[in-house]
This record gives sequence, structure tokens and C-alpha cells, in this order.
Amino acid sequence: MIYGISYIALFFFVLFVGLVLGLSFYFARKTKSASSYYAAGGQIHWAVNGIAFAGDYLSAASFLGICGMIATFGFDGFLYSIGFLAGWIVALFLIAEPLKRLGKYTFTDALNSTFKSRAITLTAAISTLIVSVFYLIPQMVGAGDLVTPLLGFPHWVGVVLVGIVVIFIVASAGMTSTTYVQFIKGGLLLLLSLILTFYILKNGFTLNPGQNGQSYHQFITLAPSVENNKVVSAGDWNVVSQQEVKGKSFVKLEKDGVERWFNLVEKDGAYILKEALSIAESGKGSLLYNGLPKENAKFFQVGHMSKIIVDGKEVEKTGPVGPFEFLSTIEKSEIVRFAEAKFSDEGKKVTVYYQNVTSGKDFMLPGLKYKIGKGASIWSRLDFISLMLALFLGTAALPHILIRYYTVKSQRDARKSTILAIGAIGMFYVLTMFMGLGAAVNGVLDVESSNMAAPLLARAFGVILFSVISAVAFATILGTVAGLIIASSGAIAHDLLDNYFKLGLSDVKKVRAGKISAFVVGVFAIILGILFKGMNVSFLVGWAFSIAASANLPAILFLLFWKKTTAKGIAWSIATGVLSSLFIILTSPTMWDRYGLDPATAIHKLDNPAIISFPMAIIVAYVVSLITQTDNHKNIQQINLEQVDA
Amino acid sequence: MHHGPAVELGVDNASKKKARLGVWFFFLYLFFYGGFVAIGVLNYELLSQEIVAGLNLALFYGIGLIVFAVLLGILYNNYCSRFEDEMNKEEKTV
Repeated sequence: MIYGISYIALFFFVLFVGLVLGLSFYFARKTKSASSYYAAGGQIHWAVNGIAFAGDYLSAASFLGICGMIATFGFDGFLYSIGFLAGWIVALFLIAEPLKRLGKYTFTDALNSTFKSRAITLTAAISTLIVSVFYLIPQMVGAGDLVTPLLGFPHWVGVVLVGIVVIFIVASAGMTSTTYVQFIKGGLLLLLSLILTFYILKNGFTLNPGQNGQSYHQFITLAPSVENNKVVSAGDWNVVSQQEVKGKSFVKLEKDGVERWFNLVEKDGAYILKEALSIAESGKGSLLYNGLPKENAKFFQVGHMSKIIVDGKEVEKTGPVGPFEFLSTIEKSEIVRFAEAKFSDEGKKVTVYYQNVTSGKDFMLPGLKYKIGKGASIWSRLDFISLMLALFLGTAALPHILIRYYTVKSQRDARKSTILAIGAIGMFYVLTMFMGLGAAVNGVLDVESSNMAAPLLARAFGVILFSVISAVAFATILGTVAGLIIASSGAIAHDLLDNYFKLGLSDVKKVRAGKISAFVVGVFAIILGILFKGMNVSFLVGWAFSIAASANLPAILFLLFWKKTTAKGIAWSIATGVLSSLFIILTSPTMWDRYGLDPATAIHKLDNPAIISFPMAIIVAYVVSLITQTDNHKNIQQINLEQVDA
Repeated sequence: MHHGPAVELGVDNASKKKARLGVWFFFLYLFFYGGFVAIGVLNYELLSQEIVAGLNLALFYGIGLIVFAVLLGILYNNYCSRFEDEMNKEEKTV
């Protein structure tokens, strides 16, 4: 997409980053010991913690990714909202309280408080690191996407910027500052989502969703002459070439020296050419947007309705609509989405974004991304189940979520925090449906990245709203990345260096080791954020959930609910969960595409690994524990929480 | 460096009861969540049926799962607080 710099957005951006850094410095002065660095000394109020929980959880993935995926794939994006929220149930009902009683600073400590096992220390710290890194990738990708329209910078600049700011925050302060930052940001995100939803409903629907006084781009439709499926003429356009890509036909036409791509479709026995958007990349790296250089700005935001049906009648626009009317109108109408096709033409890499007319009925059902209806393969059904399983089980096993259980005074406070968070997050997730659908029909989508749907929708309703939302989204990423880097540095400095390698560091050296670890993880996250550019961040988060669910959750559940669990059982279970989920992800069709290979040739068809890796980790924990029962007699009393309580 | 919990925790006689309630609530939610996934995989067409206010079953069920999670969370908190008040109070009087 082609964006110019927005000075108002820049103003709010600087203001928010300044606020975040100011808070960090303020609280840094209070941070003196390792205990206050990692867990805020247990002094955070439950209500602040609850909203901070929400702030933690409503990461870039929720705000940018889910809205983007709903805008692109309809209901399939909402599956993430349902699954993310449901995951809290596992966290609250099964894990929150018992873990609080066992817990110290990190997930590894919780396991080690029962088993004094070096194997667990090692595997759990590695698992925490891997999950954190996988959760960091989408945050960084989102950061890069965010600065593009916000500041007019390229993607990589945003990634580097977030990385540097967060490393600075983490190195200068600790958990206390990020809790308050997350609190402010979580509250603002909820408020702004409500305002955006209000605007969407007030705006209603129109076939011509023009923005800021400019009408929506009118896509050209031509009636060509076709012989043997080849276009031979198309009005006053010259036919240049034709490409067949995965069952779709694309035709390059020329007029007034400008070459444009069209999609050839057959409708009711007649051929038509529908204008598509295109980006052509020459070998030298120069880009042509719709056949013209970037400076001409002939590339458009998209997403519109081709039919609006109200009370059985086709209309051009509606006035303001209620929330249920909004959803039911989309279901009865017709939406134009934009699909992507890539191919080579005259030595140039061409990406075409062509119109894909979708009935509202299909858009409001699962199936556009995760095919589960008629004709769906067993793989796609398994992928759907696997995704839902990972989202359900992943939340409770995320290291940066668990760490907040230790920042309140009592179990009752931890529970109250969690419930406040569930209420806040639940409301937000219902709103994602409206924001995502609003973006789909209001001509605001950036075809190059779905992640910017919600902020770009805000821009359609006013630059102030856009700049504030962008600033909050940026702060969202900032806070989440800070939390993850703290969890990662805790795993390295505390779990690995102190507990596993027993370096016997002093308190001061421990904090220093944490800061150096934060720097290393931050740099690594920056590199990965640049490499994964263009992917939907919710999809990437799904991977982090899959690994967390497979590696950490079986270990936690066995520890809490099965007396015969042994240290070896836990360690092997974590290792199995990490390795199996990583293997399935790295050999998935999506990663095949990233490697530049044909996704169809991937060794399996699963994008989400949990359906295989989670049961494997469970079985290993059970079997290895049974085999190693002789190790268990020392630990059995500690495992039983009831005995701990007594 | 001592690495104990941030705040020391007292005796909690309600722990067992709360854990049992949590497990029950978890399975209750799992039943409905699993139901949604099962309908999607086994009887996909059912999800397109209109339920109320023009919403199809997919939307109704999906939003319903979110609301149900919030309600169940509130209920759980109330029960747990009641257990703690009752059982930990008994301890003191004994």
C-alpha cells in the first residue's frame, strides 16, 4: 500500500511513547531487588491487574490480527475471538488458583517448587523461550505494519523501532512499569473499540464507501472477445499477455502506455474482465503499483459490498443500523473480497489482487479459511479442530500471562483480576466482529496486509480517531513485547543461569543478566519480525498457542491433578510437546510457502499442530511417569495440593 | 536471594472444594465449546440456520460462548468466595 506521513498521528505516537517511557522511568526508581523486577513485589491492586491482564492479552494479535482476519475471511477470524476467550476458562478454572499457591516468579519455578529437577528446569526454560519468541513474532510483524500508514516508514523500520524502545523499557525498569502501562493501554483499547463500533453502526452500509470526501475506486469491467479461452480484444485496451494461475485467468491490458491486470471470469455464459490491483517487482527491486511508479499513488484501499439486501430488497445504502441488523444485513448481502495470486511475467514478479465476490451467507460462516463444509478434506477438518484445541488450551500455558498471577496479594485477588479480565476481554472480542466486518465493507483494506484493518477503518472515520487508535495499538505492542521479553529474560537469567547452571549470581548480577538476556531476545525478535512480514498476526499467535498448549499445559495439568507424576514424566512431556509442535509447524504448508516452495508439496497439510502434539505430550507424561515411579516417593507428598494446603 | 511467592499465603480449607468446582465448570464449558466444534465438523449446514434476530447459529453460538464464559467466571468467583468465607471462618472458630 502507498501511504504518506500523518503528522497528527506522529504527534500522538510521540506522546504515547513518551508516556510509556516516562512511566517506566518513574517506576524504575522503585525497582531495587530481583523480586520487584520480576513480580512487582506482589503489590499491584487486583483491579489494576485485571485490566492489565486484558492489556496483556489484547495484544497486536487481537486488535490487528483478528479484525484483519474477520475482514478477510469473515467468521473464520471470529473463531480466534471465541477460542482466545475460551482459553481463559482453562486458566481460571483449572490453573489460576493452584498455580498461585505453587508459584514463584516463572512457570519453571512453579514446576520446580514441587520437583527439584534440573531436567525440568532446562526443558521448561527452553519451552518458555520458544513460546515467547513465537508470540513475539506476530507482535513485531504488527509493529511493522502499524508504522507504515502511521509514519510512512517501511515495515522493517517499525519492527526495529519497537524492538529498541522495548529493550530500553525492559532494561531500565521491570514488571511494575509494564503492569501500569498495560492497565492504561487495556482500558484505552476497550474504550476506543466501543467508539469505533459506534461509528460503524452509525455509518451503516453503502455500495460506494468513499472516504474523506473521495469516492471509492470504481473498478473497471470490460466485455472482451474470447477465442479458445484466450482474450483477443478488449474494447480500446490492447491485449498484452495472459496468464493461467491455479485455475484463474489473468490478462494484462495496455492503454495510454499503462499496463493493468484484469481477471477473466465467465458469468452466465459470457466472459467479462474485472479490474484487479497489481504490484510488479522488477529484478532491480523497483515496484510498479497498477502499472505506475509509487509516486503516482494509483493503488487503492478496497473492500466493498456488491449487493445490499434489506428486508428482501436491494438498496444502494442504509442509514444507521443496530448491532443485530448490522450482522443480519451482511449475512443477506454480497461482499467483494480480494484474493491474491502470484506469478512471473516478462521477468517481473507480479502479485495480483483480484475481486472475489462472496455471498454474505458464506462470509458469516466458518469455511473461507478453515474449510469444514461439504467437500472439505480430512486435513482441513483436522486443522480446524487443531486450531480450536490450541486456542482453548494455549492461554493458560502462555508464560507472559502466568507471570501476572504472581503480582497480586491473594488467591481471591488473582481470581477477581482474572474475572475482570474475562469480562473486559469478552466485550472486546464481541466488538472485533463489528470492527472486522466494518473494515470489510467500508473500502479501507490494505491488500498487502490484513493486519491494518481496524486502524485503517478508524482513519475512515477521522484522522484523530485513527491517530489515537494507532498510538494505542503501538503501545499495545510495546507492552506485550515488554512482558514477553521479561518472561524470556527470566527464563534465561533466572531459570537457566541461576537454577540450571547454578552460577550463584548475586542479586545485582542477576538483574544485569536479565537485562542482557532481554537485549539478546529483543534483537532476535526484530530479525524474525522482519522475516515474517505480511502474515496475519492472529494466525502466527495460533502457533504460539499450539506450542504453549503442547509443551506447558500437559506438564501443569499432570503436576496439579495426578499424584503419580514424576519429574522425568514432566521433563519428557515438555520436550515432546515443544519438539513435535515445532516440527509440525516448520513442515507446514504455510512455512513451505515461506521457504519459497509450493505449499501443495509440503509433507503434511496441517497448519496447526496441537491435535497431534498435545495428545503426544499427554501420553508421554503418563507413560514416562508410570515407568519412573521409583523416583516418585520423594515427591508424592508435595505434588498433592491438598496436603500442601493442610 | 530468596525466591518465594511475592506474598506469603495462609491456610485455605476451601482449596479442595474450589478445585473440584473449577474442574466441573471447566467440563461444562468444554461441553459447549466442543459442541460448537463438533457441529462445524459433523453438521456444517446446521450453522447456517437462522436462530434469532436474523443471526445464524454460528454467530449466535459464537457470541453465546463468549457471554457464557463471562457468566461462568462470575459464578465461579461468587462460589469460591463463599467457600472461602465459610470454611476459613470455621477454622478460626475451632
